Amino acid sequence: MLGLTSDKGWDELGKHFLETEYDIVRVRQVVRNHAKELNMGIVDQTRITTAVSELFRNMYNYAGGGDVLVETGIVDGHQSLIVTCIDHGPGIADIDQAMSDGYTSGMGMGYGLPGAKRLVDRFEIQSKVNEGTVVRVIKWK
Amino acid sequence: MNTAMHDKRIPIIKIKNFLIVSIQVDMHDRLALQLQSQILEEIEKTGAKGVLIDISVLEMVDSFIGRMLSGMASMASIMDAAVVIVGMQPAVAITLVELGLEMPGVDTALNMEKGMEMLERRLRNQEFEL
Repeated sequence: MLGLTSDKGWDELGKHFLETEYDIVRVRQVVRNHAKELNMGIVDQTRITTAVSELFRNMYNYAGGGDVLVETGIVDGHQSLIVTCIDHGPGIADIDQAMSDGYTSGMGMGYGLPGAKRLVDRFEIQSKVNEGTVVRVIKWK
Repeated sequence: MNTAMHDKRIPIIKIKNFLIVSIQVDMHDRLALQLQSQILEEIEKTGAKGVLIDISVLEMVDSFIGRMLSGMASMASIMDAAVVIVGMQPAVAITLVELGLEMPGVDTALNMEKGMEMLERRLRNQEFEL
């Protein structure tokens, strides 16, 4: 996971396997509960929940699912909620294109990546064609 | 997970010319799409002129649910019915704007009563034009 923020000293809050559309709902509720436990405000809870919902749907639609790691720790001096989505799907050939607003893939839906990025404090993505994609979103408390 | 819970339908109530739907659960994609077609079928069956969708308990609206709601508004409008989304939580509204999701053709109202007034006004104006 070259280039992703170091996870040294972070505490793991949970690991979740996502493979059905029910899991999208279940795991985003788990993320919201963690945000609540961190005493995030209602708007930030909604932002991180919505951002991960977009990411989970991508994993489900394009990669058939994946793993979600939820952690907490200090990032940029802030107590943060860190959600990492790891899939072994087709990967994204052109990340810049996928990150641009209005970009729509063949399935008729945008990746939702630029939107998700605007909802969090840090957004990191790595992808390799035919190997998979890792997206990490970080929300400060 | 319990499949009965997953397959639960969202009830649609008809009052006068309007359909009233209150979304009380965090919808998975299939349930959202099912609700969309359920409402359109109900418009056809009852000739309803308006649909009020209460989302006051929804804690988030992502792009999928947002697209479902605006898609439904366009479809309903082709069937001569207006859709009003009522009771969106402030945090949801903020997030939707930041997400960059536009919901063309979707009317919103603060609460059920205001939404109902909006639809009644619309109906009166239509009658007037005729």
